[in-house]
Amino acid sequence: MSDSSSYTTAGMRWLAFRRLVTAIVKTAAVAVITLFGLTVFTFSIARYVPTDPVLAVVGDKASQATYDRVYKEMGLDKPMYVQFATYASRLATGDFGKSRFTQNQVFDDLKRVFPATFELATIGTLIGVLLGIPLGVLAAVRRGTWVDQLSRVIGLIGYSVPIFWLGLMGLLIFYAYLDWLPGPGRLDIAYQYTFESETGLVLFDAARTGQWDVFFDACRHILLPAALLGYFSMAYISRMTRSFMLNELSQEYITTARVKGLSEARIIWRHALRNAFVPLITVVALSYGSLLEGSVLTEMVFAWPGLGQYLTSSLMNTDMDAALGATLLVGIVFLFINLLSDVLYRVYDPRTR
Amino acid sequence: MKKFQLFASVAGLALAASLAPVLADTPADTLVIGQQIDDIITLDPAQVFEFSASEAIGNSYERIINYPPKDPTQLYGEVAESWTVSDDGKTITFKIRDGKKFASGNPLTAEDVVFSLQRAIILNQEPAFIINQFGISADNVKDTIKQTGPLEFTFTMDQSYAPTFVLNCLTSTVAAVVDKKVALEHEKDGDFGHEWLKTNYAGSGAYKITQWKANEVLILERNDNYAEPTPLKRVMYRHIKEISAQRMMLEKGDLDIARNLDATALDAISSNKDITIETGPKSAVYYLGLNQKNATLAKPEVREAMKYLIDYDAIEATLIKHRGKKLQYFLPQGMMGALDDAPYSLDVDKAKGLLEKAGLKDGFEVSMDTSNAPTTMNVAQAIQQTFDKGGVKLVIIPGDSKQTLTKYRARQHDIYIGRWGADYQDPQTNASTFAINVDNSDDATDKPLAWRNAWAVPDEMNKLTKASSLERDGAKRLEMYHQLQKGVNAEGPFIFLYQDIEAWASRAGVKGFIVGPSTESNNLKKVTK
Amino acid sequence: MSTPSASLPSPVSWREWLLTSEPQSRRQARLGRYYRGWLAFSRNPSAMFGLAIVLMLVLCAVFAPWIAPYDPERTLGLQTARLLPPSAQNWLGTDIQGFDVFSRLINGSRFTLMAIFIVAIITTPIGLLIGTFSGYYGGIVDAVFMRITDVFLAFPRLVLAMALVGARGPGLENAIFAISVTAWPAYARIARAETLTIRNNDYIAAIRLQGASSLRIIFGHIIPLCLSSVIVRVTLDMAGIIIVVAGLGFLGIGAQPPTPEWGTMVSAAKDQMRDYPWIITSAGLAICVVSLGFNLLGDGLRDVLDPKSARN
Repeated sequence: MSDSSSYTTAGMRWLAFRRLVTAIVKTAAVAVITLFGLTVFTFSIARYVPTDPVLAVVGDKASQATYDRVYKEMGLDKPMYVQFATYASRLATGDFGKSRFTQNQVFDDLKRVFPATFELATIGTLIGVLLGIPLGVLAAVRRGTWVDQLSRVIGLIGYSVPIFWLGLMGLLIFYAYLDWLPGPGRLDIAYQYTFESETGLVLFDAARTGQWDVFFDACRHILLPAALLGYFSMAYISRMTRSFMLNELSQEYITTARVKGLSEARIIWRHALRNAFVPLITVVALSYGSLLEGSVLTEMVFAWPGLGQYLTSSLMNTDMDAALGATLLVGIVFLFINLLSDVLYRVYDPRTR
Repeated sequence: MKKFQLFASVAGLALAASLAPVLADTPADTLVIGQQIDDIITLDPAQVFEFSASEAIGNSYERIINYPPKDPTQLYGEVAESWTVSDDGKTITFKIRDGKKFASGNPLTAEDVVFSLQRAIILNQEPAFIINQFGISADNVKDTIKQTGPLEFTFTMDQSYAPTFVLNCLTSTVAAVVDKKVALEHEKDGDFGHEWLKTNYAGSGAYKITQWKANEVLILERNDNYAEPTPLKRVMYRHIKEISAQRMMLEKGDLDIARNLDATALDAISSNKDITIETGPKSAVYYLGLNQKNATLAKPEVREAMKYLIDYDAIEATLIKHRGKKLQYFLPQGMMGALDDAPYSLDVDKAKGLLEKAGLKDGFEVSMDTSNAPTTMNVAQAIQQTFDKGGVKLVIIPGDSKQTLTKYRARQHDIYIGRWGADYQDPQTNASTFAINVDNSDDATDKPLAWRNAWAVPDEMNKLTKASSLERDGAKRLEMYHQLQKGVNAEGPFIFLYQDIEAWASRAGVKGFIVGPSTESNNLKKVTK
Repeated sequence: MSTPSASLPSPVSWREWLLTSEPQSRRQARLGRYYRGWLAFSRNPSAMFGLAIVLMLVLCAVFAPWIAPYDPERTLGLQTARLLPPSAQNWLGTDIQGFDVFSRLINGSRFTLMAIFIVAIITTPIGLLIGTFSGYYGGIVDAVFMRITDVFLAFPRLVLAMALVGARGPGLENAIFAISVTAWPAYARIARAETLTIRNNDYIAAIRLQGASSLRIIFGHIIPLCLSSVIVRVTLDMAGIIIVVAGLGFLGIGAQPPTPEWGTMVSAAKDQMRDYPWIITSAGLAICVVSLGFNLLGDGLRDVLDPKSARN
């Protein structure tokens, strides 16, 4: 980067800006290609299901005439590439098609189920961040001690436990045996009538409209599933925090700060953590994305009406447009998170700046 | 740091509140049912054929004819007041009850009834075949189903079918009466309001369907225009996929009724005095279909031997306890013509003898396509164990139900284990699939279960099945069905296992629901809690 | 090296021979490096613990028929021995079919091991080849391969596996296939990154100047150097593979009953968990312990084989 020294400050800014723009354009182009690949991939998966898609729609007892009519309606008599072209051109106009099972536009369905997952994954990530970062910092500061070992074991267990099993055991213990927490679902039945969530984010809507009893009920319901997801996210975040912190703590400026006589707490939390923050953003973003995956099984266990459940049931029902739409949405969110962390990294990381 | 403290205190508060005692219990005016409702794909009576939706239709629409849930042979007119059959037996004239009203407030007349039947035929969805079998199709429906007065219409068939057969068909959901005015208000491209009705309601039953969120909730509410208003304000079906979750929620009082508990859960919960279990036999049979394209399975001795290699009693006492009972003929108990003896039981020696006679002393290997529903899978495994004793090595090929069905319909299976539910409470519904197959070629137009198993049904049996739908003498008709069932057992490729039983586990205070022989006859109109 | 015994030391000095700072042969140097690695590894208690778990899994799988007291797929009596609680006869009780749960767990180790093994065998070479070629040649080859990995990495693994298994139908083979399809891109990425740093090393340039072909460079020099970091990643991934296999089993689209695969066992036992919790508990714990074993092992291996990333 030494050759940039001959530029003026303004020139450098311009250069940095141009670099950022090219970077964004480049990543966007990659994103578009990836999206196209995603579409091709999901589409071909959906068309090779060993289940008769017409059967899934008309049922076992329909007459042959009914069957033939629906076969044509679904466009299955056309060659595969025509079907793909039709599908892709519809997608391009934002039309995800219609779910054969919910009888809604897939787009509307996704709009309905996504907030539930979003809420769950967000709270889960929050828990992961709030517990994971301090744990990781501690482990790094007390490297090699029992604290470090403990955080390592907690982290590795997080990687090793199947989430569906932990969820079932959690329900069994905290709901069935101890009665500390409510059962599956987002709200108690009593509230499902009195409360209508506008945005689909129950916690947010309840707090916004000041219905605190609903808010607390929702809290109680989300606690267990979010804590489970949070645990997994904590496992990842704490491990990564530890290694970033170790990296920072070995830097010269820390030694300088120590020599200057700054308090250890200040050095760690103010200086080292601040610098480790940049790569941490990426880590948090990635763990957020992986919670989407974790939510597939969690939602099943907790009867959580979110994207994961929608995806599973449409896959099982060979509801192709719905399954494709949901899979694409997951892919897009994933891609978006990756891109975002990429861009953030480029913007903030001193080495790439 | 301040922000963090604020956040921490909010989070702490939320956590503390979360652990506070539960307010629990369901609202007093609402019945909360925990059920797997992910089978619902539509709420239009002209299309509904799925369990959960049929039940909703049964409680929210009125049908032309109906029967008391506990005795399907006692037919009565629900929308129809009376009917007369013409001398040639081909035309039935129905009179409609006066003064009936839809939930919308519109009066219910013969015009609505004719509209409902005609739209079902023209839309030609899955259940249309129930009316099609009387020679009524989209081409002739305007002439065969005709309004003849404000409260009168005629129903004309191509042959003089047994009246009970016809009336039984008119108890199915396809004969539910739709509010013509409301449906046409929402018509799009001449679809008789089909798109709209898939997610909406236009009926006259005890409840109205007010909300359906797929895989989440289905809500019925009291219809104040109904003659006898329901005691409950609303019924709420909550989609709870997991059996164990249904079980725990019922125990905790988060549900009033749990619908999908399996044998083991029911057995365990039956000792809980806060819970009662109500059962009702369904008109559905579980059976094995043996593909006759498989040379081994085509041998009569092999088919018979396999019937002696199933421990019906052990399965009944364990895996399907509360949820099924032994049944060895194609007609379920409760239906006219059902037989209640059990000619087969586990007899390994006898089976071995038969296999030896078939030249299969050392046994053989055969596969079974099995849907991965837990109960079916469990029963299949139990059969696998006893088959093994006779030297028959059974390979279970699991798949989800639609996948195994796809294979079955294409006749690519060896053995298929499945459930067959009656479409209406007349024996012809099962006879016309188990005991008839006029054309056994691969491209036949009619593909009954006998066809799916490549069984070329003997001519006399085909004729007998046809004749039994036309026989107007009740006693003779009964005798014909007895004969058909014995014939199928002797020559057919089916092994009948058990009859489905529906079991509802409810909180002890919940009273008044009736489990009928079909899902649409499950009755919630008098439920109190 | 024609007479290996000549260079072999007397038994007393094995250790010194291995640890010598002046190895006499390439082989001695390599063995010495392995030994030092092992020494470092064996000083890490958690890694050793992981290794012990994995070894136990292998032993279980190999000797399953002798360890398991009963046939895992034969009922002890549908009416007499169903859902028995743990006892001296049935250590972990019996399940809904009257199968002995302990015997099923022991036999289940075979399926777990098989799944991991096959996935590793399929994906490691594919990932290595694609990654090294991509990194070595760059340009179009690189762009195409990396876009393909982008597509795969843009998906949560379980969702992708679900979709694939959904398309091919339930079953362990299909689950393994699906997981393999989802696993290789990560290895390709790692191998590519390694290749990029190795490619421009002076010694690779030297070899190239000597006239070595590209293929020779890739197979003879680059792949061996990438191997350690890929192996670390594969080991760490094994736990993930176990969990995805179990997850698919749980969804009912992985291994199918009566196969005693652990995830399938959890799935089958979940309906009875309220009254018969031992089945689901033991099957779930088996999954946890084994994947923890692989995680500990992988973590330890990383410290030894890949000190760069461990320090970072």
